[in-house]
Amino acid sequence: MQQSTPAAQEWRPRIIAFFCNWCTYTAADLAGVSRLKYAPNTRIVRVMCSGRIDPQFILDAFVHGADGVLIGGCHPGDCHYTEGNYKTLRRHHLLRRMLMDMGIDERRLRLEWISASEGDKVRDVINGMVTELQTMGPLALNDNMTRFDAELESDLDTYLVTLSTKEVEHA
Amino acid sequence: MPEKPKIALYWCASCGGCEESVVDLAEGILDVVAAVDILFWPVALDFKKSDVEDLADGELTVTLINGAVRTSEQVEMVRLLRKKSAVVIAYGSCAHMGGIPGLANQFHRTHILRYVYQEAPTVVNENQVYPEIRHSWNGYSVTLPEFHATVRSLDQVIDVDYYLPGCPPTPALLAAAVNALLTGTLPPKGSVLAPDVALCDECARKDSKPENLSFEQYKRPHAIAADPEVCLLAQGLLCMGPATRSGCGALCVEGNMPCTGCFGPTSRVQDQGAKMLSSLAANMSAQTDEDIIETLGGIPDPVGTFYRYGLPVSTLRRYRDTES
Repeated sequence: MQQSTPAAQEWRPRIIAFFCNWCTYTAADLAGVSRLKYAPNTRIVRVMCSGRIDPQFILDAFVHGADGVLIGGCHPGDCHYTEGNYKTLRRHHLLRRMLMDMGIDERRLRLEWISASEGDKVRDVINGMVTELQTMGPLALNDNMTRFDAELESDLDTYLVTLSTKEVEHA
Repeated sequence: MPEKPKIALYWCASCGGCEESVVDLAEGILDVVAAVDILFWPVALDFKKSDVEDLADGELTVTLINGAVRTSEQVEMVRLLRKKSAVVIAYGSCAHMGGIPGLANQFHRTHILRYVYQEAPTVVNENQVYPEIRHSWNGYSVTLPEFHATVRSLDQVIDVDYYLPGCPPTPALLAAAVNALLTGTLPPKGSVLAPDVALCDECARKDSKPENLSFEQYKRPHAIAADPEVCLLAQGLLCMGPATRSGCGALCVEGNMPCTGCFGPTSRVQDQGAKMLSSLAANMSAQTDEDIIETLGGIPDPVGTFYRYGLPVSTLRRYRDTES
C-alpha cells in the first residue's frame, strides 16, 4: 500500500468533528467571527449534545475515510442537559480501548471540552490534531476493506506468490 | 404424488453445534425426513462433492449453511451450493455474522498460524513444519485449501436469502422455518427468521430492570452468585439483552447466565457492539477519568464482549493492519 504517487504525497488528514450545539459549535462560530486561522482539514457536524454522538457514528466516520474524529462538548458540570457530556466521557474511554484492540491508534479519537467562549481553543485543538495525525499517516480503512474483499477473487497461484513475499517479511 | 423438496446441509468454520441442533429436532426430524429428500449432508450422510456438481442449477429447494467462511475450500463449496439452490439459509450465528470464529479477525493470519503450529502449549514442532498450500512429493502434488486473512459471514461471500440466528438456532425456530418453507409462507428475502425486538422484551426479569442502571462495577459471571430473579444488568453483570434480537426465549438468562448476543442486533441497529458499548458506558456512575477507567477495568476484553458473535459484520470488520 505504500505508494509514492503524487496523490499519496499530497495526503492531508481528514477530521470529522462532532461539536455540541451549546458550547463547542458556538466556540467554532466564535473562532470564525474572530477570524482565527486554523487548518482546513475539519468537517464539523453539529449535534445538540455530545451525549448524542452514537459510537456508531464514530466508527462509520472511520470506515468512510476519516483519519481522525474529534468530539467537542461542554466542560464537565456545564452540560445543557446536565450530564450528556459525562456519558460521552465514559463512552470515549471504552471506545478508545476498543479501537486500540482493533489496531487503530487511539489518538485518532479525541475528546475536548471547549466552552462557547473558547474560540482560540478550537483553533489550537484542531491545529494540534492535524499535526499529530500527519505524523501517524492515513488510516485508510476503506482501502483495507477493498483489499480484504479482493482476496476472495484471487486464485491459488496468485495467492501463493503474495504469500511467499508478504508472510516471509512479516514472520 | 408431488416431488419432495430437496434439501442440503453444509458446514464451514463452525463447532458442529448447528448440525447438532438439527438432530435436536428429535422426533420432529422424522417428520422433516419424511417430508423432504436430503441430498447432501456431509456430517451425517455419505455424499460427495461430485453428487452436488451433478445436480441441475437451482435443483435444491433449500440449503442450510452454517459456519463462517475462511478457507478457499469453503468459498468454493458455498458458491457451488448457491448455484444449485433456489433458497440459501444462513444457519446459526457463524453463517449469519461470522460468529465465534470471527473473533480471529482481531489477529493477523501469520500470528494465528505461528501460535497454533509453534507456540501453543503442548505443541512440539522443532522442524517448524507449517501447512503448505501445495506440496510435491515423489512425483505427486497435493494441495490444501488456502487460509484467508479474513473470516467472513456467509453473505459476504454469496447471496443469502434468509438468516436463522442463534448459537445454535433453537429447534423451535428451525421447525418454524422448515414449516414456512414447506408451506410457502416465507417472509421477504433477506429476513432474519426471528422477532425484531430486543431480548429484554421476552425476558422474565424484565420488570426488575431499573430505569437508571448506574453501574459502579462490572462483575463477571463466575465472580458472583447471581440472584435468579433480578435483572442481570441491575446486578452489574454484562448482559447483551438490550442490544440483541429476541427469539431464543431468553434461554441463557433463564439459566442465570447473561446474554452474550448470539442472535445479533435488531434491524434498527447497524453495529451491535457499538450500541451496547454506548449504553453500558453511559449508564455508569463514575464521573472522573480515574474512576471511569477503574470501573471499565471490569470489562477486560471489550471486543470479545461486545462483538462475540459479530466481528466480521461489525463496522470495523477486522483488525487494521497494513499487510494482507
